[in-house]
Amino acid sequence: MKLTIQINEGPYQHQSADSAYFFAKAALDKGHEIFRIFFYHDGVNNGTRLTTPPQDDRNIVSRWTELAQEHDIDMVLCVAAAQRRGIVDDGEAERNGKDATNIAPGFRISGLGQLVEGGIQSDRLVVFGD
Amino acid sequence: MSDTKKFLYINRKAPYGTIYAWESLEVVLIGAAFEQDVSLAFMDDGVYQLMKGQDTSAIGMKNFSPTYAALGDYEITKIFVEKESLEERGLTLDDLQHLVWEDEDEDWAEKDSIRLVSRAELGDVMAEQDVLFNF
Repeated sequence: MKLTIQINEGPYQHQSADSAYFFAKAALDKGHEIFRIFFYHDGVNNGTRLTTPPQDDRNIVSRWTELAQEHDIDMVLCVAAAQRRGIVDDGEAERNGKDATNIAPGFRISGLGQLVEGGIQSDRLVVFGD
Repeated sequence: MSDTKKFLYINRKAPYGTIYAWESLEVVLIGAAFEQDVSLAFMDDGVYQLMKGQDTSAIGMKNFSPTYAALGDYEITKIFVEKESLEERGLTLDDLQHLVWEDEDEDWAEKDSIRLVSRAELGDVMAEQDVLFNF
């Protein structure tokens, strides 16, 4: 089955990033395809490489990066949500005159159309969040 | 294969206090360009999103409620409001904005967008959908 996963909550604050990660892993293990993982609302905070959790805790961001690289998954941060919350890639830094970037490897910033397209193209849209 | 699916955006939270309501509306507006069969549902505290006469001046936030009146122009004509959620909050349809759309097939006759449905009926509406967005 082809899946799109939407994550609406930030890491550490809320379990949805963890639940979505384990769901994604389990789905891939069962042979399902992940068309896209779309991060919305505070979920865009899953995509900052500046995250530095304590050493004895899970690193949610690098965990996503590794999953995406291992399985070639398209991970998209909503541009409007990312702009509000200060998640920046090279293009956004240039467009908005910012002096730094913080996007983590494996993520890209794009529009909400990518979420709607995920709903259209996938057999299931699975949403994690409140 | 037809790429038209039935989309239902479910709005369950108060308009202010969290950003879910506003960012839900942003998805709805962007998604309208994809020409899908779109419906909106308002339930729980989400019914407050449609209240008329909203004034956000004291909280320093943008009042985005006028945007709902533009949904008809985006060809979003099915807005389900859950009856029990209104009643539980002491509200009636008269407390909500009067949302309309213009029917091209009937000489642009103005028609009501809001459909008052019971909790059970809204469940049936959800069961008919291909894609549920939950905000």
